[in-house]
Amino acid sequence: MDPTRLTIHELHEQLKSRKTTSRDLTRRVLDRIQSVEPKIHAYRTVTDEAALAQAEAADERFQSGRPVHPLTGIPIALKDNLCTKGIRTTCSSKILENFVPPYDATVVGRLKEAGAVFVGKTNMDEFAMGSSTENSAFGLTANPWDVGRIPGGSSGGSAAAVAADACVAALGSDTGGSIRQPAAMCGVVGLKPTYGRVSRYGLVAFASSLDQIGPLTKDVTDCALMMNAIAGHDSYDSTSADIPTPDYARGLNRSLAGLRIGIPSDYFIDGMDAEVLHAVKEAIHTLGNMGAKTREVLLPHTEYAVATYYILATAEAGSNLARYDGVKYGYRAKPTKDLLEMYMKTRQAGFGPEVKRRIMLGTYALSSGYYDAYYRKAQCVRTLIKSDFDEAFKQVDLIVTPTAPTAAFKIGEKTQDPLQMYLSDIFTISVNIAGIPALSMPCGFTKTGLPIGLQIMGRPFAEEAVLQAGYAYEQATEWHKRKPTL
Amino acid sequence: MPMVETKKDVQYEVVIGLEVHAQLKTASKIFCGCSTKFGAGPNSQTCPICLGMPGVLPVLNRSVLEMAVKTGLALHCKISPYSRFARKNYFYPDLPKGYQISQYELPLCEHGYLETAVNGQIKRIGIRRAHMEEDAGKNLHEGLEAASHVDLNRAGVPLLEIVSEPDIRSVDEAVSYLKTLRDILVYLDVCDGNMEEGSLRCEPNLSLRPVGQKEFGTRVELKNINSFRFVQKAMEYELRRQEKLLREGGRVVQETRLWNTDKEITVVMRSKEEAHDYRYFPEPDLVPLMIPDELIEEIRKGLPELPDAKRERFARDYGIPVYDAEVLTTSKDLAHYFEACVAVYPQPKTVSNWIMTELLRELNNSGREIADCPIPPERFAALLQLIDDGTISGKIAKTVFEEMYRTGRSAQEIVKEKGLVQISDAGAIETLIDEVLAAHPGERESYRQGKTQLLGFFVGQVMKRSQGKANPAKVNELLKKKLGM
Repeated sequence: MDPTRLTIHELHEQLKSRKTTSRDLTRRVLDRIQSVEPKIHAYRTVTDEAALAQAEAADERFQSGRPVHPLTGIPIALKDNLCTKGIRTTCSSKILENFVPPYDATVVGRLKEAGAVFVGKTNMDEFAMGSSTENSAFGLTANPWDVGRIPGGSSGGSAAAVAADACVAALGSDTGGSIRQPAAMCGVVGLKPTYGRVSRYGLVAFASSLDQIGPLTKDVTDCALMMNAIAGHDSYDSTSADIPTPDYARGLNRSLAGLRIGIPSDYFIDGMDAEVLHAVKEAIHTLGNMGAKTREVLLPHTEYAVATYYILATAEAGSNLARYDGVKYGYRAKPTKDLLEMYMKTRQAGFGPEVKRRIMLGTYALSSGYYDAYYRKAQCVRTLIKSDFDEAFKQVDLIVTPTAPTAAFKIGEKTQDPLQMYLSDIFTISVNIAGIPALSMPCGFTKTGLPIGLQIMGRPFAEEAVLQAGYAYEQATEWHKRKPTL
Repeated sequence: MPMVETKKDVQYEVVIGLEVHAQLKTASKIFCGCSTKFGAGPNSQTCPICLGMPGVLPVLNRSVLEMAVKTGLALHCKISPYSRFARKNYFYPDLPKGYQISQYELPLCEHGYLETAVNGQIKRIGIRRAHMEEDAGKNLHEGLEAASHVDLNRAGVPLLEIVSEPDIRSVDEAVSYLKTLRDILVYLDVCDGNMEEGSLRCEPNLSLRPVGQKEFGTRVELKNINSFRFVQKAMEYELRRQEKLLREGGRVVQETRLWNTDKEITVVMRSKEEAHDYRYFPEPDLVPLMIPDELIEEIRKGLPELPDAKRERFARDYGIPVYDAEVLTTSKDLAHYFEACVAVYPQPKTVSNWIMTELLRELNNSGREIADCPIPPERFAALLQLIDDGTISGKIAKTVFEEMYRTGRSAQEIVKEKGLVQISDAGAIETLIDEVLAAHPGERESYRQGKTQLLGFFVGQVMKRSQGKANPAKVNELLKKKLGM
């Protein structure tokens, strides 16, 4: 079988038993990238040479009998907002087009220690602002299931690359659904960990209080293996939680008997796609058949989540993106007559329209005289949304919802209507606001063959329980085995 | 009728509040591991974190927090058990992130005070708040044509911003407050107090109001003052400017003005309308600070004796005036010098007088700190002992002192070598008296006829003949006897 189609855990067995080498595997993944890239454009940068060198080092590790990690020798893709030492990190923005970080993000360092092979950096919405990867300054990424459609976003490149077997697994980042929504649209597994579970050091910030790095993988086991490598406290990130991390892969095989699953009626709204609704209801039914007890829960402040998010996230973004001023690195407009003109022309030409829109929204929300009405109010609502979840999780162990209201939409369908675009994150945003973990995994297909995502949310730091339920569902279904034809 | 109402008779009251930025003496920066050493080559003390590169995060340096708490306690502040950092957003090339990490809504220290002696009176000045923040870098323009460079060595150096209440009522009080504050910071070993190198910066807010009026007048903030001398000059200039404006019927405009060191005037930097909207909001990259009582108590226990406590103790235990105590406690080293002297020569007021006049004058003239004083306290005490036991006169002692300061030798050596031992022998003095009386028969006759004020003249003549070495008390006594009084 073509090894590029396999999962991390399958490939690990092959590498351990010397059925294949990392070099051969990496070579094949690079070939696969070359053959599918013209159709999907998932990558911003492909690092062939470095990848092959890392693969050889991994092979040597296997041969020398030194300790190996399940990720040793596995070709992995990184979203282009994760800093990689010596490798261009652009955030799909013109303003960072030639930025080469002199440091690795903590997660990148941890994957390197595990012996992973980096095949490249994936395309994304500029600065992770978007839900379709159409906001990239360097061209859009197509959905491998239908190249006329978007792959979701902002981690659209990572999701498309995993779905197209153009890498074995990938990392993305999720501020309002940017891992889960593209995972759903590309038919792969994506986890947004609890805020603080994974270090953000070296993740180019969009909204600091919401951003989390997480894996996009071919199945739940791979997701657990990736989490084992990247999760845990980091002294370089004050917001990373200093609490022990479990072995996520070890406990996957737990029965669902007695598990209490909540279904929030607030998430089954008008305008939701009928096929999505049907698939999710079927999935809930399946979970029930496996011994889980389902019941309705209330998340009454859900309707304010999108508004709250677009105040908090843009306020933080406006400040986080102030450093792109043309002074120290990245793009600088030339010539300019003075400092102010340098700032203005640099940022006018360096940022795309969505980024500018959000900087303006955020600047406005924090302005003197508006702070209380917007930012402070939004922080209050954030507390209410959090306590909705606290209350619900007193009654249930997990909450199950659709990941997105529709399957992948057509390229260009929502680009003229930012509000419609924002609403495609309506089911994922609350999770970031509350800081809880949530998984998206395939739970069916539309009649036209587009994947549908199921979202499983858990209590803070209960990634284990989320992954266990996902694993059980995956064992009972075949959705994750389907592959797009490219 | 004149159109402009002049206000010639109005008396104005000065209202001043001071914002002081003190650079904390940590080895590394506030949010990264880079060195804080002054004077290194441009950008040699930087890393991705203080350069504000994409994706980097701040982590608070624990010693910054400890020094800030220490200072807060010394300034009698309440240390907030829950405090947090905020972002102050503005664009400037020396500010790499486009925001400064500071504190805003929940500062670390609040509601404190500082006591300072002004003309022998103790004045208490409120401290509104003291909070931690990072410094910015600096723009370099010199020697560059059509370009500016940026040095970010200073970016991320820890600062404590200390804001007083508008309790200060004169320039003297302001200067005194600033000196006392500096003394405290130096005593605590949290700041080197060097205004010229920028480790202590002062931004006064000044306004005037008619005496008796409750509301404050419109205030002006002054920036760019880099020495104690200029603090005083800048404030005096600015208050004169405001008073003139008001007297001529004008209005003070709320603005920030820059002190121009060359012209010794203040010039407008930006008006209230041009003031930045800093769009403060809580810093999401740093968790709120929860400061346990135990940590505060631990730091409190480690506090040294502070200038005000020391001043009180000096006045109480040594029985010296408050003014003396204030002067002697301005620096830890000077206070130590005084105590070391008194330990050997237990006459505090004499020691105090000599230190405050002779010693401080010599130090001042030679531009030395007390720590570099060439006369160790034991030798200084030994000099005073020589006066006490009559070996030398007070007047000779001053000469000896100058010689000691210049050469570093002991008083005994100098006295012996130069033959400065006081003449107290009655016979020797009587001989001198006889000579003087013989030389001035006219004066002697006048004296006999009742012109007794001539006694001083005779004493002077005897002292002169003894080259200052005769014991003046003895001369007096014996003269009176000879003249038949």
